[in-house]
Amino acid sequence: MSILLFTIIILIGSYLAGLLGSLTGLGGGFVVIPLLTLILHVDIHYAIGASIVSVIATSSGAAAAYVKEGITNIRIGMFLEIATTTGALVGAILATYVPTNYIAVVFGCILIFSAISSLRKRTEIIVTHKNVLAEKLKLNGSYPGANGVVQYSVTRVVGGFFMMIFAGLISGLLGIGSGSLKVIAMDGIMRIPFKVSTTTSNFMIGVTAAASAVVYLQRGYIDPGISMPVVLGVLLGALSGSKILVHSKSSGWIRWVFVIVVTVLAIQMIYHGITGKI
Amino acid sequence: MIKKFKDADMQLVIGWVLRIGVFLSMSVVFLGGIIYLYRHGHELPGHTTFTGIPAFLQTGGGIIDGIINMRGRAIIQLGIILLIATPIARVLFSAVGFVLEKDYLYVGISILVLAIIVASMLSGHAG
Repeated sequence: MSILLFTIIILIGSYLAGLLGSLTGLGGGFVVIPLLTLILHVDIHYAIGASIVSVIATSSGAAAAYVKEGITNIRIGMFLEIATTTGALVGAILATYVPTNYIAVVFGCILIFSAISSLRKRTEIIVTHKNVLAEKLKLNGSYPGANGVVQYSVTRVVGGFFMMIFAGLISGLLGIGSGSLKVIAMDGIMRIPFKVSTTTSNFMIGVTAAASAVVYLQRGYIDPGISMPVVLGVLLGALSGSKILVHSKSSGWIRWVFVIVVTVLAIQMIYHGITGKI
Repeated sequence: MIKKFKDADMQLVIGWVLRIGVFLSMSVVFLGGIIYLYRHGHELPGHTTFTGIPAFLQTGGGIIDGIINMRGRAIIQLGIILLIATPIARVLFSAVGFVLEKDYLYVGISILVLAIIVASMLSGHAG
């Protein structure tokens, strides 16, 4: 197989990964890393490096569109970025010491967890009672809803902050956006409304990924030959995905397809990790 | 008198920083990719074992030399560095925005986030 063919295969695979990732909201990294490692036998370090680059591209592209709508809460984002970048720094350093087969197993587990949590119905609870820390940090906000402006308060700031450190650590260790963990912190713990938590988590992913990418860059994880087709493919796929999302509302079956694909990949990753083939 | 700088203005600026950053970096990556494939497309890939990246991509000077000599991988790497710089620039612009809003708590928080990213850069060198 020549480099040209290898590049085209990665480009097509990454496009599909970006498309699925955007339609389900889980991100492209989840499919890109197994594709590169299991199918194309690329070393997992290069796969993680290429994936983190694509995470920055898609989250920045999407954040640019969201931030104009005035739903993203920049203060929540900035405050929690202290946690995610710290976690990402630790995770990226860990990634250089942890044996690759452990990384593969952790990756598989997070993959299954994210797939399952994407199927679960999220319940929205908007709180209005005042949390002292949230007031001090000016985290409470409002956003333009369907029936006028929605006011919301943020609660359990400390718990959310610690969950974000963990989300950042996983992001740095595995080279993924770890959006599903950020969602747990933001709407599960801090009770931030969905629209705000989705856009704000996306807003934070770019900075979180940049913190680990600077480590990866210097450790030689970011190979231009692999990162080039991955980043272009995932970004184009995500763009197509966002166009489809606007036009069709029923993404139920796509979600199931994704969950099945992801679970199969996750089991493969775990199996390869345990048998030491990664 | 200068119009008071508000959150909505900051969101507009941040939106443009991100959009320009992604567009510019992806154009550079694409251009580099074409040159890389033109020069190396027929060779065999070797990514099955981790060997880091080629020596000429490991330093800023090496990448600049590579760009001058039209080496595709050096140009791709420049594009990737621009992409990584995009969210970091966003934090920088937010910090300036918070200064204009006189929200010094968030100026401090933005600077702290930047400091953590700088620490990441330094830790990468240390290993």
